[in-house]
Amino acid sequence: MKKKYSIFSLIKNSFSYHENWGKAWKDPEPKKEYDAIIVGGGGHGLATAYYLAKKHEMKNIAVVEKGWIGGGNTGRNTTIIRSNYLWDASAGLYDHALKIWENLSQELNYNVMFSQRGVMNLAHNLQDVRDLKRRTHANRLNGIDAVYLNTDEVKKFCPIINTSPDIRYPVLGGTLQKRAGTARHDAVAWGYARGADSMGVDIIQNCEVKGIKRDGDKVDGIETTKGFIKTNKIGVVAAGHSSVIANMAGLRLPLESKPLQALVSEPVKPIIDTVVMSNAVHAYVSQSDKGELVIGAGTDDYISYSQKGSHEIVEGTLNAILELYPLFSRMRMLRQWGGIVDICPDASPIISKTSIKGLYFNCGWGTGGFKATPGSGDLFAHTIANDEPHKLNAAFNLNRFTSGDLVDEHGAAAVAH
Amino acid sequence: MNKNLRVKSGKIIDETYRISFQFNGKTYYGFQGDTLASALLANDVHLVARSFKYHRPRGIMTAGSEEPNAIVQLHDNSDRTEPNVRATEIEIYEGLVASSQNCWPTVNFDIGGINNFLSPLLPAGFYYKTFMWPASLWEKYEYFIRKSAGLGKSPTKADPDVYEHRYIHCDVLVIGSGISGIIAAKISAKNGFKTLLVEEKPNLGGSTIYQNSDHFKINNQNSGSWLDKEINEIKKLKNLEIKTRTSVAAYHGYNFLLARESLTDHLPIEQRKGKTRHRLLKIRAKKVISATGSIERPMIFDNNDRPGILLSSSIKRYVDLFGVACGEKNILFTNNDSAYETAISLIQKGINIEAIIDNREEIDSRLVYEVEKNNIKIFKGFTVTDTGGYKRIKRISIMQLSKDGQKVIGSKINISCDCLGVSGGWTPAVHLFTQSGGKLKFRDEDQTFIPDSYPSDQLSIGACNGDLTLDEILGNVPQVLKKFLNIEATEYANLETLSSTNKSKRNIWLLPTDKILGKTKSFVDFQNDSTAKDIKLALREGFRSIEHVKRYTTTGMGTDQGKLGNMHALGIISETADAKMGKLGTTTFRPPYTPLTFGTIVGRNVGEFFDVFRKTPMHEWHTDNKAEFENVGQWKRAWYYPKNNEDMHQAVQRESKAARESAGILDASTLGKIDIQGTDASEFLNRVYTNAWSKLAVGKCRYGLMLNEDGMVYDDGVTTRLDENHYIMTTTTGGAANVMSKLEDYLQTEWPELDVYLTSVTDHFATVSVCGPNSKKIISQVIPDLDFSDKNFPHMSFKNAKIGKINCRVMRISFTGEQSYEINIQANYGKSVWEKCMEAGKDYNITPYGTETMHLLRAEKGFIIVGQDTDATMTPIDLQMDWIVSKKKYDFIGKRSLYRSDTIREDRKQLVGLLTEDPNEILEEGAQIVADVNKSPIEMLGHITSSYYSPNLKKSIALGVVKGGKNRMGQKLIIPMEKKNINVTVADPVFLDKENKRLNA
Amino acid sequence: MFIINCPFCGERDQSEFKAGGEAHIIRPKQPTELSDDEWAEYLFMRKNIKGVQFERWNHIHGCRKWFNVVRNTSNDEIKAVYKMGEKPPSY
Repeated sequence: MKKKYSIFSLIKNSFSYHENWGKAWKDPEPKKEYDAIIVGGGGHGLATAYYLAKKHEMKNIAVVEKGWIGGGNTGRNTTIIRSNYLWDASAGLYDHALKIWENLSQELNYNVMFSQRGVMNLAHNLQDVRDLKRRTHANRLNGIDAVYLNTDEVKKFCPIINTSPDIRYPVLGGTLQKRAGTARHDAVAWGYARGADSMGVDIIQNCEVKGIKRDGDKVDGIETTKGFIKTNKIGVVAAGHSSVIANMAGLRLPLESKPLQALVSEPVKPIIDTVVMSNAVHAYVSQSDKGELVIGAGTDDYISYSQKGSHEIVEGTLNAILELYPLFSRMRMLRQWGGIVDICPDASPIISKTSIKGLYFNCGWGTGGFKATPGSGDLFAHTIANDEPHKLNAAFNLNRFTSGDLVDEHGAAAVAH
Repeated sequence: MNKNLRVKSGKIIDETYRISFQFNGKTYYGFQGDTLASALLANDVHLVARSFKYHRPRGIMTAGSEEPNAIVQLHDNSDRTEPNVRATEIEIYEGLVASSQNCWPTVNFDIGGINNFLSPLLPAGFYYKTFMWPASLWEKYEYFIRKSAGLGKSPTKADPDVYEHRYIHCDVLVIGSGISGIIAAKISAKNGFKTLLVEEKPNLGGSTIYQNSDHFKINNQNSGSWLDKEINEIKKLKNLEIKTRTSVAAYHGYNFLLARESLTDHLPIEQRKGKTRHRLLKIRAKKVISATGSIERPMIFDNNDRPGILLSSSIKRYVDLFGVACGEKNILFTNNDSAYETAISLIQKGINIEAIIDNREEIDSRLVYEVEKNNIKIFKGFTVTDTGGYKRIKRISIMQLSKDGQKVIGSKINISCDCLGVSGGWTPAVHLFTQSGGKLKFRDEDQTFIPDSYPSDQLSIGACNGDLTLDEILGNVPQVLKKFLNIEATEYANLETLSSTNKSKRNIWLLPTDKILGKTKSFVDFQNDSTAKDIKLALREGFRSIEHVKRYTTTGMGTDQGKLGNMHALGIISETADAKMGKLGTTTFRPPYTPLTFGTIVGRNVGEFFDVFRKTPMHEWHTDNKAEFENVGQWKRAWYYPKNNEDMHQAVQRESKAARESAGILDASTLGKIDIQGTDASEFLNRVYTNAWSKLAVGKCRYGLMLNEDGMVYDDGVTTRLDENHYIMTTTTGGAANVMSKLEDYLQTEWPELDVYLTSVTDHFATVSVCGPNSKKIISQVIPDLDFSDKNFPHMSFKNAKIGKINCRVMRISFTGEQSYEINIQANYGKSVWEKCMEAGKDYNITPYGTETMHLLRAEKGFIIVGQDTDATMTPIDLQMDWIVSKKKYDFIGKRSLYRSDTIREDRKQLVGLLTEDPNEILEEGAQIVADVNKSPIEMLGHITSSYYSPNLKKSIALGVVKGGKNRMGQKLIIPMEKKNINVTVADPVFLDKENKRLNA
Repeated sequence: MFIINCPFCGERDQSEFKAGGEAHIIRPKQPTELSDDEWAEYLFMRKNIKGVQFERWNHIHGCRKWFNVVRNTSNDEIKAVYKMGEKPPSY
């Protein structure tokens, strides 16, 4: 068991100039064989390993990571957490995650800084209003705390939004989920890594998967840059690169990997104390604890693994930001970066078995996987351990692309006469 | 009274032009040409800021964009306020008002300074380890964390300035106007290349321009004078555009670069009106030459952050360029020769140097000998171990270094001072190079990363390529340019160069002290207060990757992006973890190079230019008649026309009644219109619509439903056969562009064998739709020559006609269920035809109606609106529109998907009508539909898609989708609202005129 | 932002184009004869290659023509451009 983190341990360690802190996780070489291997050391993968060890008594497991843990989309996203999804299946999945978030710092003994500062979604045309009301009604019946706000209530909750009726796409209303908010992305990966490590999970960094070895229709192990590792359960959580791993096993997935960009401003004193998302105008903004405005841009429409997107996406995003927040015109962009998101045709994830026995995929989270991290890890662990899905992820199977039973979160096509 | 440290006119200072400015409420004076930093230093002001975490007093450390400490708020509380402005970059102007940030109440006495004493409790990542108990209090803790974080204050008012974009295409872009950049620009332009030279500072010449020592000569002139002449020459070159105050922010792939040209930030506020503040240059260059120079490294020792500690080269810049001494008792601390250049400059100006501390033991350098000649004490083989003073450095402690440089030996010597210049050698500025995708290699001799391989047609020259001395630059630059530009020869082949720098350097990333590390504060990232011991703590805790260390300690994540300290962080990691520097990699340098104002990126795309307004030709009539508008895509559509203070409900009730009782008129110009021609046009329609088209007679119209390949309804509209091989298709307003693209896609890529041509003609026609029992009478007055009899012109047919001399197309089609005519006419006649119809309809109370009434009227008839009554999960079967899905056709887009196991389910959500128990109860669109409110969880069967009060039926009507709705006709269901449950009955979605009698009434 | 050499218009900025995903997925001639699995394969399953990919682009703000591009998706380097119906170059 690791030393507990607390203000007392901090004070105690200050007397020894913090020179006696132990490692948050070991950096072992891989063993020859594991009971299960998780491919991908992001938040989802580390959480999967954590719950496999914690809830399913599997201790001989490894997480293999091509680079450094948390270095993919976990460390590149805008950290928005919410569960106000339309469809029952999605609401069930994301609210399961949200409930875990609410106590995650205590569970992991690692402050993931989950702040329920609320998430607002804005409506800018009449169809937006209908769609958001529809979602709010569905949320209420699903036990999710979303409410519909009129324009004045939007303004009251976030006074810096430009709610003038004279702007190009005036704010007609919005929804608010108060339990929603943000968390510290790196801490999620590190907290799960520390927790998993303390239960005996091997976290192996700088270990790239080069091939998946099959024995007939079941898996036998993985070829890596650190050699062959035997296992008969492989859980792939390699967002962005899911198809690359699938191709190694001879599978094709309904995914396209696209660049997603984000940016932060220079840090300033508190100016916005919630998360505001506008789909129609395409502006997502919140403020980090450090004071930076955290702004999510959109995806480009082409497949790319370059972790770079086009400038026009960033420009378009900031156009929208200044439309809704003209006061930010003199703020400055400090950093801009890109990630690779793999996107499903219905904008919902896949947490599923595959046609190959022992091979499981958790992918297709598109632009919104961070919020699901704890729930995704928990349900994927269940699926791997029991070789069948939990009822909360049953709808997110691969077969839906054959049957047509998609979980279409794109919602309405926003077309009107 | 502050001291005056102005020594002698600096190169760019105009002493005849005095400027007053305010800093922290006090008025100071500087000269034209000063930066805020140089002007403050001239007034002996060093303490300008407090650090991010510990609120330690901080001063000006550099003279450029790498400044980590001296960042200020400009014009606090005005609409031109700006946070986090580097004092080293902003040029002073009359009326400049600046203040310190992140301190309270003042920079001199800052309550937050208590953090410095709490610092033992605040190591890197402390917040991950605490604030967890009790869970409910995190947000309270966080409130205070957030308040104490942040630097400056966000503006709170709209920006009065304007910004713009400019596209530049050039043969060669040269970034940086130091000696390398000037040579490159000249060679390039003289060889016929269209060349752009950009420089972030207001003046050209880099650091060579103020080099006036006898130790650096070109063709027997001192190097500064030589470069002066070169600059005068290039200013005359026709092929060369020079932009100063222009900073390259981002270097993207395919030589696409963004640069910010600053146009008014150096002017007094009152002179900025009507001028563009920044211009964002979007540059596509065939070739890019980076001559971005290098950045001097600080040294990492205990308390290396006090006000009065500057980079040695910055001290030289301040004295030579601005004529400002940074102190009266100066000490220089170095591990290489360049501090001696500073010493020589100070000596030339008669400024006192107390001592020079040099890590190196033996130095054979002309510069050192020169300094020694002036009787300046040099402590060779020594290091600074600590500094004293709180708001200004007062003294340093030095000790001798052991042979291996790992320890200090001997006794401690204290020397008093008021300024310490440090030089840890130079880091090539490779930021833009790596942004472009360039790969670096590590050079062991001086521990630098230099460019290795180029991803695009580009070249790094001079200091940013690792050529750090004058003779290397002049020796290499002309050679590599010759090859890069593929030219014969350059005029710089036979330069005679004198360069006195000795390249020896004794690099020690973390200097040893006599204290244990835990008791020191040796800053690596000055802005974020991350120290050497923080980095070691991160490593101890298992954070091994450079990116992990960066994130855990926040090293390099400040507004300077770690331009000074990142190399030291790497060095300390490499030494601690015993890993090779070259193998560790570097952190990613993310764009922009220096922070870029949002307004600059956005340019003119603000306010009314944020997005296009699409207006119909009749738009002006609608505004004149007080229409309210709704946004549909980019279109502004008339929503309703309130009269005499009506609200929307009242207006819509009136409009709807008028349309059914006499006549209504609608502007339908926004519907998408696609002209389809070719011998295979009918076959094409067969493939894209669910129904059959081959048998549609010329002159007839037909409604069509278009699916996605996954079987879901995508768009709908009426298509008219104008001629044997000529159709006009209409689409939804919002879907027009996507439908057009989709059809082109299939035509060009799947069915190239079809002889079909598509042309978007949405904007070419205006469409006036007149409906109601009196529509025929009205329209026949407008087009008297046309036979409107039902026999000649039945429902769902079309006629060519003329209004005056102008051709138009008239369709008798109906989206309201009333008899209805649409006139399509060349767009510029739209308003006149509209007015003609209004005139003709006067006696019939013709009533203009907007989209809301249109929606109500069609809902009475159970007609769907794609996007409102459908989302991307509805098949035509779900819509109970089986009749439109051809069973005979072999294939059409989406057909196969209709037969998958999920799409053939009987209990899918299906479109139905819903009637409320109370006819006056109007349901909320979006409300959910359930059968049983007592079940937990409540099962949602569907939702209300459209809902209105029908004035014609005198009751509330609604459309909705309900699981298995087809088989629930007459069933009672419940709409569970927040405060009540509303009872509804499932009904036929056609509420009015099921027999379609009104179409011919 | 890359530059795409439209086979009809020449070199233009990427912002003039729209991407159309993986190329050479031929729409089945007889969809009704496919199993649900085979149809799903056509409809949704993609190679999503990291590396050299053959893909479709449309010069949507130009000549509106569709054509094929060979691009390395790991660094966005475009290797070749060819018209619809032309034989793909080998990479």
